[in-house]
Amino acid sequence: MEYVIEMLGIRKQFGDFVANDNITLQLKKGEIHALLGENGAGKSTLMNVLFGLYQPEAGTIRVRGKEVKITDPNVANKLGIGMVHQHFMLVENFTVTENIILGSEPTKMGTINIKDAAKKVQALSEKYNLNVDPYAKIEDISVGMQQRVEILKTLYRGADILIFDEPTASLTPQEITELMQIMKRLIEEGKSIILITHKLKEIMEVSDRVTVIRKGQGIGTVVTAESSPTQLAELMVGRQVVFKTEKIAPNPKEIVLQIDSLTVADNRGVDKVKNLNLTVRAGEIVGIAGIDGNGQSELIEAITGLRKVKNGKITLNGKEITNLKPRKITESGVGHIPQDRHKHGLVLDFPLGHNIALQTYYKQPISKNGVINYKKVNEIARNIIEQYDVRSGEGVMSITRSLSGGNQQKAIIGREVERNPDLLIAALPTRGLDVGAIEFIHRRLIEQRDNGKAVLLISFELDEVMNVSDEIAVIYDGYIIDTVKPQETTENELGLLMAGQSLQENTKEGGQHE
Amino acid sequence: MSKRAVNILVPLISIILGLVIGAIVMAVSGFNPIDGYVALWNGIFMDSYTMGETIRQITPYIFSGLAVAFAFRTGLFNIGVEGQLIMGWLAAAWVGQAFELPKIIHLPLALLAAAAAGALWAFIPGFLKAKLQVHEVIVTIMLNYTAIHVANALIGVISGGGERTDKVHESASLRAHYLEAMTDYSRLHWGILVALLAVVFMWFLLERTTLGYELKAVGFNKNASEYAGMNVKKNIILAMVISGAFAGLGGAMEALGTFENISKLHAATGIGFDGIAVALLGANQPFGVLLGAILFGALKNGGLNMPSEAGIPTEIVSIVIALIIFFIASGYIIRVALERFGKKRKEEK
Repeated sequence: MEYVIEMLGIRKQFGDFVANDNITLQLKKGEIHALLGENGAGKSTLMNVLFGLYQPEAGTIRVRGKEVKITDPNVANKLGIGMVHQHFMLVENFTVTENIILGSEPTKMGTINIKDAAKKVQALSEKYNLNVDPYAKIEDISVGMQQRVEILKTLYRGADILIFDEPTASLTPQEITELMQIMKRLIEEGKSIILITHKLKEIMEVSDRVTVIRKGQGIGTVVTAESSPTQLAELMVGRQVVFKTEKIAPNPKEIVLQIDSLTVADNRGVDKVKNLNLTVRAGEIVGIAGIDGNGQSELIEAITGLRKVKNGKITLNGKEITNLKPRKITESGVGHIPQDRHKHGLVLDFPLGHNIALQTYYKQPISKNGVINYKKVNEIARNIIEQYDVRSGEGVMSITRSLSGGNQQKAIIGREVERNPDLLIAALPTRGLDVGAIEFIHRRLIEQRDNGKAVLLISFELDEVMNVSDEIAVIYDGYIIDTVKPQETTENELGLLMAGQSLQENTKEGGQHE
Repeated sequence: MSKRAVNILVPLISIILGLVIGAIVMAVSGFNPIDGYVALWNGIFMDSYTMGETIRQITPYIFSGLAVAFAFRTGLFNIGVEGQLIMGWLAAAWVGQAFELPKIIHLPLALLAAAAAGALWAFIPGFLKAKLQVHEVIVTIMLNYTAIHVANALIGVISGGGERTDKVHESASLRAHYLEAMTDYSRLHWGILVALLAVVFMWFLLERTTLGYELKAVGFNKNASEYAGMNVKKNIILAMVISGAFAGLGGAMEALGTFENISKLHAATGIGFDGIAVALLGANQPFGVLLGAILFGALKNGGLNMPSEAGIPTEIVSIVIALIIFFIASGYIIRVALERFGKKRKEEK
C-alpha cells in the first residue's frame, strides 16, 4: 500500500516545552486516518507542522514518497494538502463562492470572474453531494453548511489530502451524521483524510486506522476494526478510563432549589420557559435532558439572575431569590458553571489567577478596603490549579486565552466547586472535552452530591445525563415534560420524551401534546 | 539573537531610523540636517531654561496620555480628552480667579474643580454608552467642538466680554519662584509633581484595587462581568468619568501653571489628541505613558527651536518630529525584522 503522507519522527519544541516528540504518522491513500489525543496532547501542533505553519526541529515529511520541506501553507496547498479548520475562516457577509475564491480569485481583464467560479463550485458541490448554494451568503447558512463551504474551499484549490480539525465540535447530531457521509464520499472519489478528534464514537464509526498521541509522544497506530473504544481511551489517557462513573446511592434530603410555575422570555420577548416546575434536593443530582433550544439557557439565566423572570417563583433554601441581582444569588449559595465558558465564564484576556478570583475578588481574604491582595489571589489560584490539574504555560500568570478549552473549563469548575455552593449549576460542563477530563468532571459533580450539596446538571448528551444524574427531568418546549430515574429508563425512551412525546400518551394512542 | 539584545536594539534602531529619514527630509528640502538636529537638541537640553520649559511641556501630555490610556484599559475609546481638558482648564481658571482662599484650600480646590469638570464632560458619553449603547467615539468627538464653544462663551461671561480671564490668584497658582529661579525664569511649575502622582495613582487603581479589577473586567468582557455580579453600566460610566478627570487635571496644568488663565480658543489645543499617541507609545501602561509624554513633550519643545536656530520652517519640523515618533511607534516592525534576520542567520549556520 502506498502512503500519500508520511511524517516520520517529528519533533516540535516551543522554548523548553516539547509539543511533539518523535511522532510518526503515515496516511495511506484512500483512508480516513484518525489522530486521537487529549486536549493539549499536540494534535494541532502536528497538523500545523504538516500544513506549514510550524517548522519541525527534527523529522522528515514525505508526500507521495517524495521528501518535502513545507515552509508555509502555500507550499502545503500546492502539494494538495487542504485543512478544514475547527474555527471557520469565512467572511460572514460574502457569498459562498466569494469565500471559496478568496485569495485566488480568477480574473478576466482585471475583474473577478464570479460566474465561472460559481459554476465550478456548483459542479464540485454536486460531485460530492454537498448541496451547497454557491450564491448563498455565509451569514444566512447553518454551521454545518458553513463547514461544507470550508471543505469546498480545499477541494476547489485541488486538495486531495484533507485534514479535518475537530470537525464535529460545533455540529448537531444530525449534521454529524451528514458529515460522516460526506467524508466517506470523499474517500470514494480518491481523497485521503486525516481526522483530528478526541471523540471515540466518531473514530469507531468512520476511521480506518488511528494514530494516538499522548502528551506530545506518539503512542502508536492501530487498525480501528481491531480496536475498541476502551482500548483507544486507555491509549489516549494512559490509564484505565471508566466510562460509567462509579457512585453510591443518593441520599436526598431537604429541598434546596424550588421553582414554581416559572415563565421566562428570550431577548425577542418570546416565552422560552413556560410554567416550569422543578425541585432539586440536597444530596442529589438532577439532570435536565433536552434538545438545544428548548429553554435550557433561559432557565439557567433566570435562576442565576442574568435574565428577568416574567412570572413564577424561585426559592433557594426556602428564601425567595426571584429576580435578585446575580451577586446576591451567588452569595446566597449558588455556583454556576456557565454554558459558554468564553462568553460568561472567563475574562479571556485576564491572567488565569485573576479569573479564578472572578467570584471572590471583592471579599476577604482576597481584598480589604477595596485593595486586592494579589499574592493571596495567586496563592488561592495555585491551590485550585494544582487540585484540578489545570495545565498552562505560566501558571497563574498565563493569559487565560492561551489555555486549551479543557483546562479553561477545569479552572471554572475549580473556581465554582471550591466556593462550596449549596446549589451547583453545571451547564454543558464537559462540552468539547476529552474522556479523561470528562471523567474527572463527572467525579467532581458526584463528590459535591455526596457532600450533601444539590447539583443541577444541564446537558445535551444523553450518555452524560444517564450516567451522572440521580433523577432526569426532560425539558421540552419550555416545560418539564416528565421526570424519570436513570435506572428505570432507556435512551430510546428519553429520546422520545425529548422530541416532545409524553410517555403515557405515547402508550395510549401516540397523541400529540398540547 | 537573545531576547535582551532585541529589547535593547529595537528602540535604538527605531530612533536611529527616524532620525535618518528625518535627516533625508530636511536635506531634500534644502536644509542642513545636522544644524537641524543640533537645534532640536538645544531646544530640549541647551540650558536650565530650555530644560525647565521641556518639563513644563511634558506635564499636560502626561495627563492627556493617562486619560486616553485609562479609557483604553477599560475597553473605551476616549477621543474626547481634548474637550475634557478644555473644560478642566476653564474650571481651574475660574476657581483660581473667582475666590480668595488660603493656598492650602484654594489650590486643591482648583485642581478638584478641573478634575470634576473633565469628569462631568466625560460623564455624558459614558452615560449615553451605558444606558443607550451610543458609541463613545461619536459622542466624544462632537463634545470636543462643543467644549471649545462653550468655553469661549463662558470666558466671555467670566471676563465681562474680554478675550481672556484674569490671572488666577497666587493662592491657586502652581507657579513657584524657587523653580523659576532654578531654571533661569522658565515657566516650570509644580504641576509635574501632580502629574507623577497621577501616574502612580493610575497604576495603583488599575493594578491593586477591586475597582480597577472590575473596570478592566468590564472592559474585556461585559458578559463575564455581569455573570460575576458586577454592575456593568456603573463601571462603564465610572471608567469614562475617571478618564475625564485625568484630562481635566491636564487642563488645570495650563490654567494654574503655564498660562495662569484661559484665553478664547480658535481651535483645539492638540494636547488631547496627542494624548492618543502618547498612550499608544506607552502601551497604555501608566509608566509607559510617562515615557511617551517625555518623548512627545521634549520633541515638541525642542522643535520650537529649529526654525529660529536652523532656519527650518515649522512645517518641516512637524514632519521630522512625526517621523521620529512614527518609527518609535512602529518598533514592532523592527522587532519582527530582527527576529527574521536572527532566524536566517541561525539557519545558515
